[in-house]
Amino acid sequence: MDWEAILSNTASWLISPETIAYALAALGLAVHFGYGGLLNFGMAGFMALGAYGYAISILTFGLPWWAGIIVGMLASVVFAFILGIPTLRLRADYLAIVTIAAAEIVRLLFTTQVFDEVTNSADGLGNYHEGFRAANPFPEGTYGFGPWEYNANGWWVRIFGIGLLIVAALLVWLLMRSPWGRVLKGIREDEDAVRALGKNVFAYKMQALIVGGVFGALGGVVFALPSAVVPSVYVTSLTFFIWTILLLGGAATVFGPLLGAVIFWVIMGFLSNVLPAMASSGLLPFMSTTQAATLRFILVGLALMLIVIFRPQGILGNKKELTFVKQ
Amino acid sequence: MSSNSGAHSPVKTTGLHIGEAVPGVAKVDPIIIADNVTRTFGGLKAVDVEHVEIPRGAITALIGPNGAGKTTLFNLLTGFDKPDTGTWTFDGTRLNGVPAFKVARMGQVRTFQLTKALGLLTVLENMKLGAQKQTGENMFASLIKPLWRKQEGEIEERAMEILARFKLDTKKDDFAASLSGGQRKLLEMARALMSSPKLVMLDEPMAGVNPALTQSLLDHILNLKKEGMSVLFVEHDMHMVRHIADWVIVMAEGRIVAEGDPESVMQDAAVIDAYLGSHQDVDLGVVTGRVSGENTAGVEDLLADIEAEVGLTDSSAYIADTNTDTQEEDTK
Amino acid sequence: MSSPHFVRAPRRTRTILLFLALLFGALILQSTSAAPAQADEVGTEYDFYFAGNVKYESKPLEDVTISVEGNGYNAEVETDAEGKWKIGVPEKGTYTVTLDEETLPKGVIVAEGSASVESEIALTNSKIVNYFLGEGVRVTTSFFDQLVERTVNGLNFGLLLALAAVGASLVFGTTGLSNFAHGEMVTFGAVMALLFVNLEVPLWAALPVAVVMSGVFGYVLDTGLWRPLRRRGIGIVQVMIVSIGLSLLIRYLFLYFIGGGTYQLPGAGEAGIKLFGSVTLSITDMISMATSAVVLLGVAWWLVKTRTGKATRAISDNPSLAAASGIDVDRVVRIVWILAGALAGLAGILWAYFRPGIKWDMGTQILLLVFGAIVLGGLGTAFGALLGSIIVGLLVELSTLWIPSDIKYVGALVVLIAVLLVKPQGLLGRKERIG
Repeated sequence: MDWEAILSNTASWLISPETIAYALAALGLAVHFGYGGLLNFGMAGFMALGAYGYAISILTFGLPWWAGIIVGMLASVVFAFILGIPTLRLRADYLAIVTIAAAEIVRLLFTTQVFDEVTNSADGLGNYHEGFRAANPFPEGTYGFGPWEYNANGWWVRIFGIGLLIVAALLVWLLMRSPWGRVLKGIREDEDAVRALGKNVFAYKMQALIVGGVFGALGGVVFALPSAVVPSVYVTSLTFFIWTILLLGGAATVFGPLLGAVIFWVIMGFLSNVLPAMASSGLLPFMSTTQAATLRFILVGLALMLIVIFRPQGILGNKKELTFVKQ
Repeated sequence: MSSNSGAHSPVKTTGLHIGEAVPGVAKVDPIIIADNVTRTFGGLKAVDVEHVEIPRGAITALIGPNGAGKTTLFNLLTGFDKPDTGTWTFDGTRLNGVPAFKVARMGQVRTFQLTKALGLLTVLENMKLGAQKQTGENMFASLIKPLWRKQEGEIEERAMEILARFKLDTKKDDFAASLSGGQRKLLEMARALMSSPKLVMLDEPMAGVNPALTQSLLDHILNLKKEGMSVLFVEHDMHMVRHIADWVIVMAEGRIVAEGDPESVMQDAAVIDAYLGSHQDVDLGVVTGRVSGENTAGVEDLLADIEAEVGLTDSSAYIADTNTDTQEEDTK
Repeated sequence: MSSPHFVRAPRRTRTILLFLALLFGALILQSTSAAPAQADEVGTEYDFYFAGNVKYESKPLEDVTISVEGNGYNAEVETDAEGKWKIGVPEKGTYTVTLDEETLPKGVIVAEGSASVESEIALTNSKIVNYFLGEGVRVTTSFFDQLVERTVNGLNFGLLLALAAVGASLVFGTTGLSNFAHGEMVTFGAVMALLFVNLEVPLWAALPVAVVMSGVFGYVLDTGLWRPLRRRGIGIVQVMIVSIGLSLLIRYLFLYFIGGGTYQLPGAGEAGIKLFGSVTLSITDMISMATSAVVLLGVAWWLVKTRTGKATRAISDNPSLAAASGIDVDRVVRIVWILAGALAGLAGILWAYFRPGIKWDMGTQILLLVFGAIVLGGLGTAFGALLGSIIVGLLVELSTLWIPSDIKYVGALVVLIAVLLVKPQGLLGRKERIG
């Protein structure tokens, strides 16, 4: 086995666009669930809207790249309203079912042949990179060291993504130390009590849904920046991976989602390299390389179960401040 | 403070009503006037109140057997539930159809039968949540601390003042979940006071409270009146009702069956009837699941009730009784 | 994650042409057949390809459109003068190869099998797909016949959906858990059926054994996971997320063991029997509907008449009251899990015939419709789940009369959200008492 290549491949996941995108989405989910107690199982839908909003604005409407990002964010705001108005007054598990259903609706609508002209149906969209790359402040060439060697476009995507992530994390931190965050956390604990104290619970939940949803859309944009937008990415599994990341890092923390995303992708990257290599070198008998590649997703499921049962506060969470309110 | 302020003989407010004390009697200075309020659950009329007025500046008790519709009426008046019919005003403002949070903003705050302390917030955070009109609770303003730093300081000062009165100041940084049941009740009441309400509505403030804390809770309720607030509370404990209430409203099967000052209401035939009726239900033993000796247990409860009504008090029996009642109502 | 191998920018003109072709069918066919034939090979840059030869009575057919779709890729080609075609694909895997019957000469149809087949490139680099053409009239089904056919299909789908939904609803009612792994319990039944069929167990025995195994699976899950979690007193949201982890775990275990292909049970996709007009129904469909109906009636009888069934409803109604009145809640919940497992397994087998095919993630595809049916009927009421399922089944199938079939689930999901907006307690649910 080529350990050097395996470790180098693994290390590159530390700052991969995927890691940054998932961290942004997980941060959005922290606002929803960790601080607000909203069971949003439709993060994939928010991400899809961000990615498609960006790509379609550029390809179909010829908008500049930054306007594409804004369109993606606005799309997620509209989506949050559509989801929130019927469900935020209802019990928490209704929101779960409606969000997961709505995310599937979004994905199916991007997949169908009906809007092929705009969405290119199942094939997805590409070739929208021109504007973003033209705005690249880095000169041509390849930079970096060790496993982190990228060309100018690679660095531009990563640094832009990290910039978005820092701004988002700062916003979450500012919000959650404020009285606004206090109300939101109170709603997570018991919304009737907060209502009895004269707070407009519905408005707060809606605001939280929008803020988290916009972060999710930005995650979708970062995911789309380096490559392409393909509808088959935005399945419910994506949402569940984001949940795994959030709960791994700590749901009611600012840095938990970031840490969770890094750990998730580094481990996934490592396993995706090491398991097939082990299988092909005979270290995993009775296992084909394809099976070895599948094994890591089995482990994700197992990890999610174990975290939730044995360490629900995640790595960074306060043991006392469990985020799961018993209902 | 004031642990002995009227512990033995609280000053009762009298002369609250106009004319004879019958159900629906007019009050001299009502804070709530409700008309024709009904609410049905699957064919069962849980609340059917023709007319009721809650006096201002007094402590009013809402009593009645289980399933009499007390909590439902509470939920309706505070906007937590929607009635089938009915109109009511609070301090002259129409309230029917107004959402719960706006009701609270108008100065009519409530507590819950099952304590709703926000467990994973600290005691101090719980208190601060009670304050009204906070700039920092606006999402955009919350991002800029200078906009709300000063107000936050004032709120904290006030919160500490109230906490000290409730002897919870030393626990300000503890998670509310770590408090005892009685302390949580106190916290909930203290939190309600943060909004400087006009009317405080307490849903079974004594349920599940350790007897050692009972007296302090009673004192706090009496203090609310002293500070000019009106109080409406739901309670099973006759002893407590007798002790602190200025006015008693009795509900049974969704209707108001009697009203009056505690002394006279306790002797009202309708009240004894209502309680007798309820205890006959208990005797059936379906709910409690007691298989043997259910009759004697029921009879004992009943005797205890009647004793209380005639004034031979045995409060400990009542706390036990109240607890089982609470459990039954909790299950939804 | 997986990145696309083939991404194209929108091709407006082509899309419009395709659109018009769909609208005006034959007319367009005539005008384009005069034009020189398009290339008979596409995707030649790839290592793998599908190819075939379209002939009718040993005469090659020119300009017949063949398309390949799957794994995020699609392409189409027209046959050349010798009737040959070839489409390159970027990777091994299962693709749907479709012959556009509209482009066949008049009076010729795909005689055996479907015009759209799932085909896999697995071991070799290429795969030959041929169609058996025959004489026949492409049925221009009347709207009424279509309506009847879709209704029957919808009923069939709704009934099998109900098997899964009633189980999930009973679990929700008794334990409060929205079980996201219920889809995998559905897949489990189908995979077990496949396993026993592959072990050469005769079909009449393999299917019941698979259902029994599914019941055992439900029992194992309850004993090994859900009951310990209940004992620990873990909150309901937490348990729900555990079920998501379980769903991922089991789903990828299926992928691990059976791979990404689609497998058929014996008797799947058989020809239908003509009932009247153009309405046909296969024997499998009839057996499927009869089985679902009988089993559902059995469950209904169990819920209404038997002691355990009544206890189940009592617990759904009010768990602590039921416990207080001497019902052994743990025992009832265990029975409910076994029943839910068996029902889900049966639904999986029937769904494997309905789709048709067994695939590792087939349960995930149905899970949302199950949830939709439950919410539509009213959370936690078994009869509501039954009603909701039939409505969802009919809705999914009937909506294809008006909307393209690749968004047929969208209609059902939109209705789900709309119902929540108007009547959040569902059709048969009761309003909750607050406070």
